Amino acid sequence: MNHYPVVKNCAYCLIHAPDLVRYGSKPQRELAQTPAIAAELQSHIRPFSRAVAYPPNQTFIGNISPDLLAAIPRPWYLHQSDSETLETTGPFGEIMDQQTFYGLLKLADIFSPPFFEVEKAALETLGKAIATHPLLSDFSDRFREIQPAEPNYLAGKRRANPCLTLQDGDKVCGYFFGDLRSEGKDDENLAPNFLLENLASKASGTLALKHLIHRENISPEKIDFLISCGEEACGDRYQRGGGGMAKAIGQMSGCVNASGMDIKNFCAAPSSALVMAASLVQAKVFQQVVVVGGGSLAKLGMKFQAFLEHDLEILDDCLAAMAFLVTVDDGQSPIIRLEPGAIGKVDIGASTSEESVFRHYLLRPLESLGLRCTDIDRYALELQNPEIMEYSGSGDVARKNYRKIGAMAVLAKQLEKQAIQSWIDTVGMPGFAPTQGHIPSAVPYLGHAVEAIRKGEMRRVMFLSRASLFLSRCTDLLDGVSFLLERNPGLK
Amino acid sequence: MNNISTLKDKKVIVFGERDDISGNCLSTCLKSAFATIIYEATACFV
Repeated sequence: MNHYPVVKNCAYCLIHAPDLVRYGSKPQRELAQTPAIAAELQSHIRPFSRAVAYPPNQTFIGNISPDLLAAIPRPWYLHQSDSETLETTGPFGEIMDQQTFYGLLKLADIFSPPFFEVEKAALETLGKAIATHPLLSDFSDRFREIQPAEPNYLAGKRRANPCLTLQDGDKVCGYFFGDLRSEGKDDENLAPNFLLENLASKASGTLALKHLIHRENISPEKIDFLISCGEEACGDRYQRGGGGMAKAIGQMSGCVNASGMDIKNFCAAPSSALVMAASLVQAKVFQQVVVVGGGSLAKLGMKFQAFLEHDLEILDDCLAAMAFLVTVDDGQSPIIRLEPGAIGKVDIGASTSEESVFRHYLLRPLESLGLRCTDIDRYALELQNPEIMEYSGSGDVARKNYRKIGAMAVLAKQLEKQAIQSWIDTVGMPGFAPTQGHIPSAVPYLGHAVEAIRKGEMRRVMFLSRASLFLSRCTDLLDGVSFLLERNPGLK
Repeated sequence: MNNISTLKDKKVIVFGERDDISGNCLSTCLKSAFATIIYEATACFV
């Protein structure tokens, strides 16, 4: 019997960060041009309780399935939770509040002098939030060693240097600086906004990894290798985007026996990273590989103007993070098919027409495995929450892509044209991930798929991710990556 | 074909979208109909 690498576990977290929305790329640029919109933006932020009750967010952390989400009438933002208590935790992870995240952010800052200077009054509150968090209490000792910034010193530092104010509602928790040393001072890559972006990715990625380790009930020392798939670009003027995030997250999480590296492929990076992880395991290079992706600060509030125009609460107010454990075959967990041709790829020489892209990363891998489109129980494509996309005029990306899959199945003569919609209803799902770049790209469904396949509810799920390589300004290409997750043949 | 050939000597600005039709793809079609592409961009809204 062939043995394949398996996806053994998954973790997903959201961080409700309404006061970081202003530091997202779009809000930051608009606020610089029109400072008067600050008050309007502030009056449209969503309280934590509503972010928690929001059905797509509950789907992301696994409390409700995509099928149940599809049955909830839209608009989802009007939906009130049936539960009287806030469901901040779910099978896959949690929805964290901003204050606890600031505590985690402070812990992620290992620099001296610190980037994140916490106000004396706030330090105790953040420390309490960390100490009472079930998965973060092992950070308590480290947090107690943190000294609050002396008011006079902090006032002087703020006068002399640019910084970002980190608020939690009306309260100022602290200030975020750039690298103020002589070698960092004139480097725009080490300015406060970029360093906050990097540390937000590190802190949120660490949270997801902590949940993964907890769910799997393993020691972090057992992990061999980490692959980070986030969209941040760490590094200074000589190597912006150089990487280091995987090991930074691993270091913070206690993975002392692991090494790691970062993979870049825009939104498709998580799928690329999973393929790499599976390949490393299959080649017996490593046994336990983690793929981790921290959240994208830059994409907070990307669609905020549309929400202001419609007088709605800003829904793209959450950082998202995820982590996956890929291991040698355990005889139970779903496998990733790795035979030659099984991994979908869009060749450099391929046309960028939709038909060509889908032919490459949908039909070709299926053909090489001797499968038809209709042999797949579920397809996971770009899973951006449509409610975030539609108000800005970008449409329902998931629905558009499911139609294309249906059309391809018809073109391949594997589906009758009149059956397209009913087939899409069976194999598709609504988008439920926040617009966090790499996060929504097919893999938000991986946790749901692993559970459903283990329970015998389905046999095969195909994951298809897209990447806008042209955003690099180095090429006009886009990319597509796909892989097939399948029931473990050893499962009785 | 007659209709397409009317693009000869026409200058075209192309806007594509990652999750719909890419600018690159539109340009390829238009060039085959003898249009001159003076600007091409593909947007990514996600």
